[in-house]
Amino acid sequence: MTITTAGYSLLPVLPELMLAVGAMVLLMIGAFNGPKVTGLVTTLAVCLLVVVGAAEIMLPAGKHVTFGGSFIVDDYARFLKVLAIIASAVTLILSREFLADQSRRIFEYAILVLLSTLGMMVLISAGDLIMLYLGLELMSLALYVVAASNRDNAKSTEAGLKYFVLGALSSGMLLYGASMIYGFTGTVSFAGIAAEAKTGSIGLVFGLVFLLAGLCFKVSAVPFHMWTPDVYEGAPTPVTAFFASAPKVAALAVFTRVTLTAFPGIVVQWQQVVVFVSLASMVLGSFAAIGQSNIKRLMAYSSIGHMGFALVGLAAGTQEGAQGVLVYIAIYVAMTLGTFAIILTMKRGGQPVETIKDFAGLSRTNPIIAFFFAMFLFSLAGVPPLAGFFGKFYVFMAAIKSGLFVLAVVGVLASVVGAFYYLSIVKLMYFDEPVGKLDPMRVELRTVLAVAGLFNVLFFVYPAPLVSAAAFAAKSLF
Amino acid sequence: MASVMTWPVLSVVTFLPIVGAILIYLSRGDDEAAQGNARWIALWTTLITFAVSLILVMRFDPSNGDFQFVEKAPWLAATINYHMGVDGISLPFVILTTALMPFCILCSWKSVTKRVREYMIAFLFLETLMIGTFSALDLVLFYLFFEGGLIPMFLIIGIWGGPRRVYASFKFFLYTFLGSVLMLLAIMALYWNAGTTDIPTLMHTAVPRSLQTWAWLAFFASFAVKMPMWPVHTWLPDAHVEAPTAGSVVLAAIMLKMGGYGFLRFSLPMFPDASLYFAPMVWTLSVIAIVYTSLVALMQEDIKKLIAYSSVAHMGYVTMGIFAGTTQGVSGAVFQMVSHGIVSGALFLCVGVVYDRLHTREIAAYGGLVNRMPIYAALFMVFTMANVGLPGTSGFVGEFLTLIGTFKVSIPTATFASIGVILSAAYALWLYRKVVFGELTKPALQGIKDITFREGLVLVPLVILTILFGVYPKPVLDMSAASIQLLVNNYAAATSAVKAAALLQ
Repeated sequence: MTITTAGYSLLPVLPELMLAVGAMVLLMIGAFNGPKVTGLVTTLAVCLLVVVGAAEIMLPAGKHVTFGGSFIVDDYARFLKVLAIIASAVTLILSREFLADQSRRIFEYAILVLLSTLGMMVLISAGDLIMLYLGLELMSLALYVVAASNRDNAKSTEAGLKYFVLGALSSGMLLYGASMIYGFTGTVSFAGIAAEAKTGSIGLVFGLVFLLAGLCFKVSAVPFHMWTPDVYEGAPTPVTAFFASAPKVAALAVFTRVTLTAFPGIVVQWQQVVVFVSLASMVLGSFAAIGQSNIKRLMAYSSIGHMGFALVGLAAGTQEGAQGVLVYIAIYVAMTLGTFAIILTMKRGGQPVETIKDFAGLSRTNPIIAFFFAMFLFSLAGVPPLAGFFGKFYVFMAAIKSGLFVLAVVGVLASVVGAFYYLSIVKLMYFDEPVGKLDPMRVELRTVLAVAGLFNVLFFVYPAPLVSAAAFAAKSLF
Repeated sequence: MASVMTWPVLSVVTFLPIVGAILIYLSRGDDEAAQGNARWIALWTTLITFAVSLILVMRFDPSNGDFQFVEKAPWLAATINYHMGVDGISLPFVILTTALMPFCILCSWKSVTKRVREYMIAFLFLETLMIGTFSALDLVLFYLFFEGGLIPMFLIIGIWGGPRRVYASFKFFLYTFLGSVLMLLAIMALYWNAGTTDIPTLMHTAVPRSLQTWAWLAFFASFAVKMPMWPVHTWLPDAHVEAPTAGSVVLAAIMLKMGGYGFLRFSLPMFPDASLYFAPMVWTLSVIAIVYTSLVALMQEDIKKLIAYSSVAHMGYVTMGIFAGTTQGVSGAVFQMVSHGIVSGALFLCVGVVYDRLHTREIAAYGGLVNRMPIYAALFMVFTMANVGLPGTSGFVGEFLTLIGTFKVSIPTATFASIGVILSAAYALWLYRKVVFGELTKPALQGIKDITFREGLVLVPLVILTILFGVYPKPVLDMSAASIQLLVNNYAAATSAVKAAALLQ
């Protein structure tokens, strides 16, 4: 059943409006009370996200289209928005310690995260190229600032600047592509483009490639991945956790929506681009991670690889493929947030430690953290029965159905290479001698770790809810 | 019979070890008492699991070749279910697993002193995953159990292993993982072909010839590594040598059988044409494995490595028998796997006994043990003879049946494979002479003690089984006969068309 809200109804954008107004109210609270209310603003921001997420779920069922087709709320959008909101809220929770530091009591941090989340929601619901660009920029501008939020630290500032310059470049490419697409089809709405783009005229394909290049930058897929390791390493760790989760959800969401709904007529043209990007990301992510000694850089390469795996589902270009992407990204977010909860705990004597060697002997000094981390690593490597396996299962399943055998074979072989570096961390934790006990784990990190860890370990017991929700969401795209 | 149906015996057998693992986890502490608790809980869990698994044997109907104790529940979406069940081919392996696990726990009683709780938990998880592998009736579920076993085994080798444990554990994990991911892709291709991953359904679904070839190769990649077949066997000597005694026992006795089980469960029934087509290749590899690794075994200086290479050779008989596709060949292969499970497991336990005393596995470090350890020498001799395949021991029955089964379809293969029988006598007797006989001259051996009561408790039942199955192999053969007959008949029917076409040309 599809309910189409005609014209310019505000009901479908109600959650976005709530988030925008709420963020401004919080900004006022912060501006009038100064840095001392940082903790309060952060807490209220988390509450606001919970309310917005609930509102999103409680919107009447069916498909809503408003603002003349530029804003779409369907099952697909709902699934991904809720996921992005959860990721943002968890990141805010993970950031509490970072913000509690006297020198960094910046209440703007939580508000920037909220605004970025608003951008993500707009992006996920985008129904035309203008809305896509608006959402993307709102999301990205907030992210550039957040990356540099540790402003007395040269590395953090460098990360912010690097991200900004490269991000602006990619936005330019995306905009250029969008203008070419408009020029060759005469419309910016996805539905309109789909109706026009039956044959891949050379100009349209050029526009498509530029558009995809811009999106690849946002999901950090090869060959537009160069910023990722530097930004991940330079940004404060809670910010890295944020970069690795919510924006990836939104970017992958819009990537999938654009290719599947705006260009179903020229699948062959975009499929080869996506296949290449996916292959290159999987292979580079797996091989480049082997040489890393900093855990955040390693996670950066790992996320490049994982985006490659998620794009395998998109390359299939089918409903099963879209379902695979959704399952993959949901599980990826859980694994990533859990992993970052552990990385944030890695402190000795109050000082954060970030090299991989610091994990040595963790199974002796902190057995529970080590156990969960080992399970995350096996899961990231795609070993059953952990959650990560199911993500890979669904994307490769779709690829096999679409006959992308080479992609599938190279993909699974890349996952074996990837297993090597995940295993080397397990080896450090379990086979090597301890280097010292960690500081006690903060309660909010413990909670996040427990939830994400149990989700990861026990997912196989009852996988049906997530899988069928993803199936519903994918169905609404077709 | 209603009460029988309401009680899911198979799932209880499968997941009981995890309950034990949770109990061990809950008994906190790392002092002597906690370690003792962990050992006792693990032992009792494995014993109870074994006792429950005997219910399976009692209620099993050997005249029925179909799956029994079937349980089905919705799991992953509509078409992929939690589907469990055993037939005459898988039940022997389930029992082998549950029967050997208490021995594994017992033999680690004294030799494992660090991180005992984690050790026991890892073994209990491994037991669940192994039983699950043999009783899963859905391909995805099978894959879950099959691959999941890598995690505990990786940790067991890596944490409690010997000096080169890191190298061995990585090699073990990556080799096996590489083979299995290809199988995963084939599983997906089968799913899109038949619309299900249900094993009994797939066994009766015709697979197009082109898909058969690729799927067969992908499954082969996984099972050949697991088996292991020459030339992808190189992970095995490393893993065996570095693993702790109980780890070697589990690897040799049970995990290797997953490969043979996979060939029987998937390759023959689902891809009969491809199996027929590739059979000569498998025979060639098997014969090379039998002859070549026997020769390699002759050159070893490490006791465990020698037994590891002999395992590769013995698995060669299994693959040869399976792909002969005859009743004798297949039942010989099943029997050989069960027998090898008992004998090689026992041999590793024997090595563990002397290793615990001397902490070396070098053959040259031993000699003349019979003077100070007469009981040990006698027990070790029985297993050595079974390894050789002496008539009257279980080793003979399997080798003999696989050889006559293969003789019917390929005389050269069987002839060359027979050379292996002689070679196995050569290396096994040579090992026995070097370790047990001769003068006891080494100073380190002067004070060595004969086996303790606990070690006897581990080895004596295995001696009894080795000789019992040697003179009276009927229990195992009967249990699997109906299922094997069904398998062989289906295989013959499916391939007869291809054979007829070949004759007409």
